[in-house]
Amino acid sequence: MTIRQIQDEIIDEFALFDNKEDKYSYIIELGKKLPPYPEDCKTDDFQIKGCQSKVWIKPEQKNDCIIFYGDSDSVFVKGIVSLLLRVLSGQPAQEIATADLYFLDRIGLKQMLSMNRANGLASMIKQIKLYGIAYTSNSN
Amino acid sequence: MLNPELIRRDFPILQQKVNGKPLIYFDNAATSQKPRQVIDALAHYYTSMNANVHRGVHFLAEKATEAFEETRQAVAQMINAPAKEQIIFTRGTTESINLVAASYGRNFIGEGDEIIISTMEHHSNIVPWQMLCLEKKAVLKVLPINDAGELLMEEYRQMLSTRTKLVAVMHVSNALGTVNPVSEIIRLAHEQGAKVLIDGAQAVPHYLVDVQALDVDFYAFSAHKMYGPTGMGILYGKRDLLEAMPPYMGGGEMIKEVRFNGTTYNDIPYKFEAGTPNIADVVAMKAAIDYMQGIGQQAIAQHEQNLLQYAVDSISSVPGIRLVGTAKQKASVLSFLIEGVHPMDVGMLLDAKGIAVRTGNHCAMPLMERLGIPGTVRASFAVYNTEAEIDTFAKELRRAADILL
Repeated sequence: MTIRQIQDEIIDEFALFDNKEDKYSYIIELGKKLPPYPEDCKTDDFQIKGCQSKVWIKPEQKNDCIIFYGDSDSVFVKGIVSLLLRVLSGQPAQEIATADLYFLDRIGLKQMLSMNRANGLASMIKQIKLYGIAYTSNSN
Repeated sequence: MLNPELIRRDFPILQQKVNGKPLIYFDNAATSQKPRQVIDALAHYYTSMNANVHRGVHFLAEKATEAFEETRQAVAQMINAPAKEQIIFTRGTTESINLVAASYGRNFIGEGDEIIISTMEHHSNIVPWQMLCLEKKAVLKVLPINDAGELLMEEYRQMLSTRTKLVAVMHVSNALGTVNPVSEIIRLAHEQGAKVLIDGAQAVPHYLVDVQALDVDFYAFSAHKMYGPTGMGILYGKRDLLEAMPPYMGGGEMIKEVRFNGTTYNDIPYKFEAGTPNIADVVAMKAAIDYMQGIGQQAIAQHEQNLLQYAVDSISSVPGIRLVGTAKQKASVLSFLIEGVHPMDVGMLLDAKGIAVRTGNHCAMPLMERLGIPGTVRASFAVYNTEAEIDTFAKELRRAADILL
């Protein structure tokens, strides 16, 4: 599936919820289901700066694509990581670098986050896109 | 017994709904809400007496000056200061502490002198002293705490010496609620000839403070945590110290005479109040003092202690709950963690139910490091909080634990 198709799928899923709390609970459930992240990769190199909770995102190149692994000490943030990974992990590096992540607005995530957390989300996206740019130039 | 249901009617902000639920405001240690009396006093100031204070001869200037100085008198009375000149208006506790560091510190603390603070201090009672020590090559010593969040007084006795020039500790911990034995801290410091600054930001909203009984040298606090306006703080100081200290900022109001070959400074307190002060908030602060005294500070303290005990009992059976800060003497601050859960996740789920708590390190990173935790969830209670609100809070906390665990 393309980045757009996955985003549209997530938007449809979130359309089922009509209140903030149900959305929170769903994101938390996603966080609990996120595949385990290698403990030895919880290093400064992979930690996202600018988050109030600890967040790690680790890239792995596979042909022209990037697989991401992620974790956080906040289960809610893990849920957000899970959504980002579902959309972007396994996609071509170039498309990751230029992705328009419109689903975040459409599912109301930005309204759910405090300003600190919104800044943290922006830092995560920025780092993922930087990996996209780095691996695009690598493969060129 | 005070009736919080009646008191709540004085606080317009508490009537609103947040996320469709009645607001439950448990973030009082960060700032308290303001009663109508304080809001009205602010509006009244601007609608009927706004003028610059002190130098004017016209009607409004007289009226504004009078109201401004009445607050100084009311503050002095509230904390039993010997004279109103010993009450200096600042922007808040932080500025009060910085004033002492910049004026007293720079002039009376030198190389090799020691300043004692404690592990549980708010950043605002750490950083000004670090800056001063860096500049003056003085030594900053840190008084440790036990796991309950109490100061280790035996260690304190050991740390004190004739090299100690200043002890700066908080009266009540914002993060844990611990009430520190400040009387003893001051007495022991004085035995060594050291001066003592007490950060009273979290104490004055809850307790009757008597600066003369404490024999404290400097006492700092803020209006906004005691039902008063933001941007207004107080520094109390002993007269001889304040008189010996040079001004902290230069400008209007703080001078007697200005010539290009030399300026003479005004007397205390004006020497430390350069520029047009925060007149409106100072005037409205008087309404906050009147409000607290009208209810009775003892009655407020008792009500808050009851709420604290009720809250401790109410949340003790929540799965994974761990209270942080279990000092014998505590103000109405309930800091806790749910094991394995990030404090922000708890705060967010409570917010979805209209409950305002604080999460994080509470401007006390060294304290969190000492306790080995990233932060806590903190519920802090004020005069208008009720047992019914705590019931809702405990219920929603249990629900949050179910969702998160």
